[in-house]
Amino acid sequence: MLNQEKPHSSAAHDPVCGMEVKSPSKYYINLLDKRYEFCSEKCQNEFALYPNKYIEKANNVQPSYKTTSYGIEKLSLPIIGLHCISCINNIEKEIKKLDGIKNVHVNYAAQTAHVEFKSGETTTEDIISAIKNAGYQTGKSTLKLGINGMHCGSCVTKIEKELKKKSGVISAAVDLGSESAIINYIPGLIDTKEIKNVIEKLGYKIFDTAGVSKGYPGKAAEEPGKEKEEKIKEGPVDENQKAREKEYKTLMHKFIFAGILSLPVILFSYPDLWGLPAQFQKGADLLKTIWLGMSLLSLPVMLWSGSQFYTGAWAAFKNRSANMHTLIATGISAAWLYSTAAVLFPGIFPSEKLADVFFDVIFVVVALVVLGMALEIRAKGKSSEAIKKLIGLQAKTARVQREGKELDIPIEEVVLDDTIIVRPGEKIPVDGIITDGSSTVDESMITGESIPVEKNTGDEVIGASINKTGSFKFKATKVGKDTALAQIIQMVEQAQSSKAPIQRVVDNVSGYFVPAVIIMAILSFVTWYVFGPVPQLVYALIVFVTVLVIACPCALGLATPISLMVGVGKGAENGILIRSGDALETAQKLDAIVLDKTGTITEGKPSLTDVIVSNGFEEDEVLALSASVEKFSEHPLAEAIVKGAEDKNLTLAEPKEFNAIPGYGVEANANGKKILLGNLKMMKKFSIQLDNLEEQSSKLADEGKTPMFAAIDGKAAGIIAVADIIKPDSISAIAQLKKLGLEVVMITGDNRRTANAIAKQVGIDRVLSEVLPEDKAFNVQKLQNEGKKVAMVGDGINDAPALAQADIGLAIGTGTDVAIEASDITLIKGSLKGVVLAIQLSKATMKNIKENLFGAFFYNGLGLPIAAGLLYPFFGILLSPIIAGAAMAFSSVTVVTNANRLRRFKAKV
Amino acid sequence: MTIDQILVIVGGLGLAAWVAWYFWFSEKKAVKVQLAESGIQEAVIKVQGGYTPDVLIFEAGKPIKLNFIREETAGCTEEVIFSDLNISATLTPFKTIPVELKIDKPGEYDFHCRMGMVKGKLIIQQSLENSDLKKSL
Repeated sequence: MLNQEKPHSSAAHDPVCGMEVKSPSKYYINLLDKRYEFCSEKCQNEFALYPNKYIEKANNVQPSYKTTSYGIEKLSLPIIGLHCISCINNIEKEIKKLDGIKNVHVNYAAQTAHVEFKSGETTTEDIISAIKNAGYQTGKSTLKLGINGMHCGSCVTKIEKELKKKSGVISAAVDLGSESAIINYIPGLIDTKEIKNVIEKLGYKIFDTAGVSKGYPGKAAEEPGKEKEEKIKEGPVDENQKAREKEYKTLMHKFIFAGILSLPVILFSYPDLWGLPAQFQKGADLLKTIWLGMSLLSLPVMLWSGSQFYTGAWAAFKNRSANMHTLIATGISAAWLYSTAAVLFPGIFPSEKLADVFFDVIFVVVALVVLGMALEIRAKGKSSEAIKKLIGLQAKTARVQREGKELDIPIEEVVLDDTIIVRPGEKIPVDGIITDGSSTVDESMITGESIPVEKNTGDEVIGASINKTGSFKFKATKVGKDTALAQIIQMVEQAQSSKAPIQRVVDNVSGYFVPAVIIMAILSFVTWYVFGPVPQLVYALIVFVTVLVIACPCALGLATPISLMVGVGKGAENGILIRSGDALETAQKLDAIVLDKTGTITEGKPSLTDVIVSNGFEEDEVLALSASVEKFSEHPLAEAIVKGAEDKNLTLAEPKEFNAIPGYGVEANANGKKILLGNLKMMKKFSIQLDNLEEQSSKLADEGKTPMFAAIDGKAAGIIAVADIIKPDSISAIAQLKKLGLEVVMITGDNRRTANAIAKQVGIDRVLSEVLPEDKAFNVQKLQNEGKKVAMVGDGINDAPALAQADIGLAIGTGTDVAIEASDITLIKGSLKGVVLAIQLSKATMKNIKENLFGAFFYNGLGLPIAAGLLYPFFGILLSPIIAGAAMAFSSVTVVTNANRLRRFKAKV
Repeated sequence: MTIDQILVIVGGLGLAAWVAWYFWFSEKKAVKVQLAESGIQEAVIKVQGGYTPDVLIFEAGKPIKLNFIREETAGCTEEVIFSDLNISATLTPFKTIPVELKIDKPGEYDFHCRMGMVKGKLIIQQSLENSDLKKSL
């Protein structure tokens, strides 16, 4: 039986972990006339071991909570990366471990932790680090400020202390040297203005607002203790862009240096070729001196122009791995050692012929490979343009109405339910719902739809889209990391860094590639030395260097990821979000595509399609009267009729004596006439003579429409038909899908007659009708059992299981719901055209990847044997290391350039 | 066959064998990262031509924080990609860029630059959960 001696309510606090436990709990200990209850045996044991530690805590908890709320702070912290319900427990547990926590509740849907805590015992920072301990990040903003007038270390502490007192400030770090402060804070609890006020009140001047920077989820997030590094950070994109520019410039300088010096070197390396005067010919003392000079001159070329080869090779070598740098560094070092030996100690070579120099190889190879690296940086910058464009779309500020005042605030400070004002030509800052006003909005940057969309009160607006014509106010429904744009950026970044299955082949190869090339070079050297023509040593060395230099592991490594990056980015530009490389690769192998009818092929809501009149009634009159009757009904069919009438600019009358007869229809008076609107049973009930209307009605039903009879003053007036109409581009999109060689299947819960009617109109041959929503996944599986790769297109809500079951799930999202979990590809624009585009794009990307891989394998597969001298015995062809250097330098540039061709991808719709 | 030819053959084969052993078969040094008081397994990885250290051992199910410091501007290493986890980070040169992970499934997870030329590996081992829990409570 239940034990009734429980001390207070039916909920008790576990004094160990702080969790709320149901009282009476199975686990309890009676100590000093008090009963302590626990969530688990673990806590019970812990308490038994160290009772004093927890008794005090427990005693504190109860009374202060009950008696007063003094010193209790309430905190709402946004949490990033909450993926599962079970994560919540982890976070709550971690937070409860802290002292002074009164209540914790993590809301999964809102991705927010609500914490009540005693400010004396715990700080906001502790809570944030507890959340971090659980493995999650909190949403926060970072503000950088320049502060004038600080003269001593004590000013720093003063400002920091004052700032930290403010609720909402997580951490503040003031740096005297750079006269700046980095403040991490929670937007909503405090804003930049308030922070600035605090500092200004202390008597300091703020001279520069470097702006607010944000950590993106999934990416590097800033840590409270790491302010030092953030100090100079001005947004990672710019910084990296700058680094890239700098690297490009350095490489170009290195190239020019090596390039210019290579000219005289080439001149004196082949004195006989250029027909130089006798004192420059081989054997002459002057030439020997010049060669010595060249040997010295190679040093800055190798050690400055080619420094990255040596540092890169050494770093890799330490880690027992090898890369392109290893190859180049080994190759040029070998050439230099041989040539320098030939100049300094020609005596050690058996014959004079062997004492040849290869300084030209060093100069030219270094120059060309460095040039190749520079060009590659340029080309790669273009490849990542899509994501940069997306990030650049974000609005910087928002005009928010708070307490009756209009404020321009940084976008990071916009909180949920803020009312935001948008004027014509302005960017909409965050996602929301229009509360007042109307306008047309250009959403092309998000959806890819080029025609501006009309927006009225109650419609959703997407952040980063541009308001065209009117002014309006809207309520923010998604801010910060939850906005459609932020989610798109995150998805694109994730997809770009994912691996396409085809890449695994390369991964297997690349681990072995470079060492294999080194071994091949050594063996070629041995072969030429033993079996080669005279002078063997010279040939062996040339072959050794050529093999090392021509191999291009970069081309192999770059082939897949660079195309994937361009392809996924291109998709995002067109409103297609591809979740991973895997999805992209599967999407081009499809055999069949299942289309959900409602909302995918059709609009998903009924509209007026036909008005048929009889007995001499006018079409407009019948429609106007029917719509008047339905004016106040909220049934979707009624709304369709009313909207149909409004679209024709018909004036509706006020209905009187309205009467709905369930299962039949409605009757009412309008404009002094008695109107009946309903099904066949309704007409029979009122003995209305229908004549041939009945026949026409069944014809409409065959077409998948819902017909309703209208009678005016006891006479049949006609039929009003509504239907879920087909989206304007469904028919052409389906034709395109068929052209792509896909079997198109329609799936619907509708009866067979309606389903077939729709299928016929859009040109679908295979129909799965009368399928219950829960059976959709099963039907997809049946198709898969036929040995097909099946894609499913649905709305992502009812169709989630089927989307997950399919090899590729394509969710048609509308508006701001872009992160649809079950889907592999999300189409932001609600049109089937997007499906066609997604498949075409994945085909184009995979083709590009294959071209790149073929090119890279072909190049290395062909180049390496030729460099090793395989053609020499048959055709006398031997590559010069200089040619090899040129080939190597441009092979990876070619790969990147080919991938960039994808940026010009255009859908063939 | 002359003596120098024999020397070259023996030397060449020996060198080739050494290359194969050094890059493929020799044991790589792995660094085991200890769990800090804060409950985070934190490590600093220097990025310069390669990742140092490049093989790190972590416990499963505990938060991991990798602080990358890219000490070069060479474009290759600009991005670090954990392709098994679909995570990437842009490494701004000469800054500490933290990457936070939590991996529950033991196993090996590669990370690399965009080209795959520079590589590293996380080895996730089953945690000794129960013995640790008491201490952390």
